[in-house]
Amino acid sequence: MQVMGIDVGSTYLKIVLFSEGGLAFFEKDLTSYQPLEKCLYYIEKYSPDLVVATGYGRKLVQNNIPNSLTLSEIKAFAIGAKFIYPKARTILDIGGQDTKVISLDEEGKVVKFEMNDRCSAGTGRFLEIMCRALGYQIEELNLLELDEEVKVKISSLCTVFAESEVISLIAQGVPREEIIKSVHYAVVNKVISMLKRISIKEDFIFAGGCSQNRILKNFLEKQLKIKVITLDLSPFLGAIGAGIFGLQRLNKSMPQVFAAGEKRQKILFF
Amino acid sequence: MSEEYVKMWENLGLNLENHDHLLKTLAEFYQQIYLSQENRPEGMKYFDFVISEAHGLRIKELLEAKKEGKKVVGTFCVYVPEEMIRAVNGICVGLCAGAQIGFEEAEKVIPKNTCDLIKAFMGFKLARVCPYIESCDLIIGETTCDGKKKAYEVLDSITNKVYVMEVPHTKTERGKELYLKELFILKEKLEEISQQPMTLERFKEEVRIANKKRKALLRLERLRGYDPAPISGLDALLVNQVAFYDDPVRFTQKVNELCDELEERVKKGIGAKPKGTPRILITGCPFALPNWKLHHILETSGAIVVGEESCIGKRYYHNLVSEDFNSLEEGIKLLAERYLKTPCACFTPNPDRIEEIKSMAKELKAHGIVYYSLQFCTPYLFEAYQVEKEISFPFLRIDTNYSLEDIGQLKTRCEAFIETL
Repeated sequence: MQVMGIDVGSTYLKIVLFSEGGLAFFEKDLTSYQPLEKCLYYIEKYSPDLVVATGYGRKLVQNNIPNSLTLSEIKAFAIGAKFIYPKARTILDIGGQDTKVISLDEEGKVVKFEMNDRCSAGTGRFLEIMCRALGYQIEELNLLELDEEVKVKISSLCTVFAESEVISLIAQGVPREEIIKSVHYAVVNKVISMLKRISIKEDFIFAGGCSQNRILKNFLEKQLKIKVITLDLSPFLGAIGAGIFGLQRLNKSMPQVFAAGEKRQKILFF
Repeated sequence: MSEEYVKMWENLGLNLENHDHLLKTLAEFYQQIYLSQENRPEGMKYFDFVISEAHGLRIKELLEAKKEGKKVVGTFCVYVPEEMIRAVNGICVGLCAGAQIGFEEAEKVIPKNTCDLIKAFMGFKLARVCPYIESCDLIIGETTCDGKKKAYEVLDSITNKVYVMEVPHTKTERGKELYLKELFILKEKLEEISQQPMTLERFKEEVRIANKKRKALLRLERLRGYDPAPISGLDALLVNQVAFYDDPVRFTQKVNELCDELEERVKKGIGAKPKGTPRILITGCPFALPNWKLHHILETSGAIVVGEESCIGKRYYHNLVSEDFNSLEEGIKLLAERYLKTPCACFTPNPDRIEEIKSMAKELKAHGIVYYSLQFCTPYLFEAYQVEKEISFPFLRIDTNYSLEDIGQLKTRCEAFIETL
């Protein structure tokens, strides 16, 4: 018996597979312009008994895969966090085009959430566009050695305006390390204003594609003065939540978390 | 499309190409959003028909009435009393527009960051697609919000038919006095345009007609309080939207027929959605035709909308006018009292609105409240904070417009909200 959780994000597809005994497999792939074809590829490869989709493209999966289920990203993240890290009370998810903050009660139920509107301010796309203007690859960001002092300010949160701000800072001769730091600082401030609308409780989990970004994490900890927890599986929280939701529907007992691959080594203990 | 209608639209000065495009889009939307619903009451067939003939038969009726010397008066707001318009044998039509049409044209004369409702009524006029506005002999604006106030100046420069009545922004004695005075001046204006005096008898008759209409809508609202709700939020919204266009006597009869059917459904336990479906009360900005976006999103995300604390909704049919008066002056005073009870966010302070939301949520057995604001609608955007603080209900705030560009995000937010209920 296998359940596949798919998180069809705006930038990446996250796929996890639960089989007897645990999380058997997880993988990330570019969503691209043909997400359905990509999903079908994984579904055919593993032929799961049940597919549960979440994320921006969840309806696409639901409309094309018979008997599949869907749930919103908010609920998926809540279930995923509860499973991987039961003490989680606040989840921050910075994804490709959405930023979400979710407040959970002690049972892991969603109490309140906030999400950005149509605008991409403070999302992964915002970072991506600024990186492009500054000649960075997203993957390089974690390698940068930056001090903590923010010397220039990006005042606009609009992606389009902020890009012109970045360009004018470049023209003023500000080093790109300083600008990229300010860009991250702006994202964190935007996120904090969203977090203030829900209540921030520990433990605080940072999830989604951007959770692997060390600069964001550092700024968050500094500004919020709390410990920000990121996990190796953070980007997969939504897909894991979708999978667990499917297992619950099938009345299967909760699996333990196993690493992908042949060895099925237990990687996370809490 | 019959040739007769095409000729009628041409005579009204519509841009046939734009208009054709509008009707086609509307028909598609209507099919997708309305006709695809399951388990609709039979009584909705009349309202489907009204919508299909909104630019046809109803306009023909208006034009025929005009030939008999009746005046068509367009309004934008529930503070403009239809009773008075009808008491001088006028026909009152709601003109607010609920679709992104003619926005490029509108943005040439009004700022880009204006709410979609205002942009739409300017756009409908400038794109020449609205047979209602083209049929009007008089357009009554009002001073509710800044955007509308300034837009009416522009609209008047284009149509030369706009009359603006002042609506106070407080409900103090001074505010009430102002509103009453404004109604008396409006009476003169209406008498002048219709070339007939407003008589006590006719006024009283129209108060009765409007009361009956509001009573029927209240009856519809109460029926939505049952679980399962016998009618979808989308269908009930449509009835409330049609209230602004249709002949009131015929409309009232059809709403009551629909309610008779809904009562039967309630007895048999038939619902538009299964018993136990999460129930949503919407509060906020108006839903001008054909704005069905939020209801559609909510009702395709696993919920049912059971009420609207909105101008297209409760703010239109809340209280009745007392029929106990013996002079026109006395009647207009009672009319003013009733109208000023309407709890619009353009008033300061506006505590009655919060009470209204609480009581509707209770009576309609809502599980959650969705606060709906149009972008750039300052009064409603502001009040969201007060409302959220005062009510102890699961609460979702939606700031949106008429476009489809945020549908994905809205669907995620609505689904997640419904999942928490």
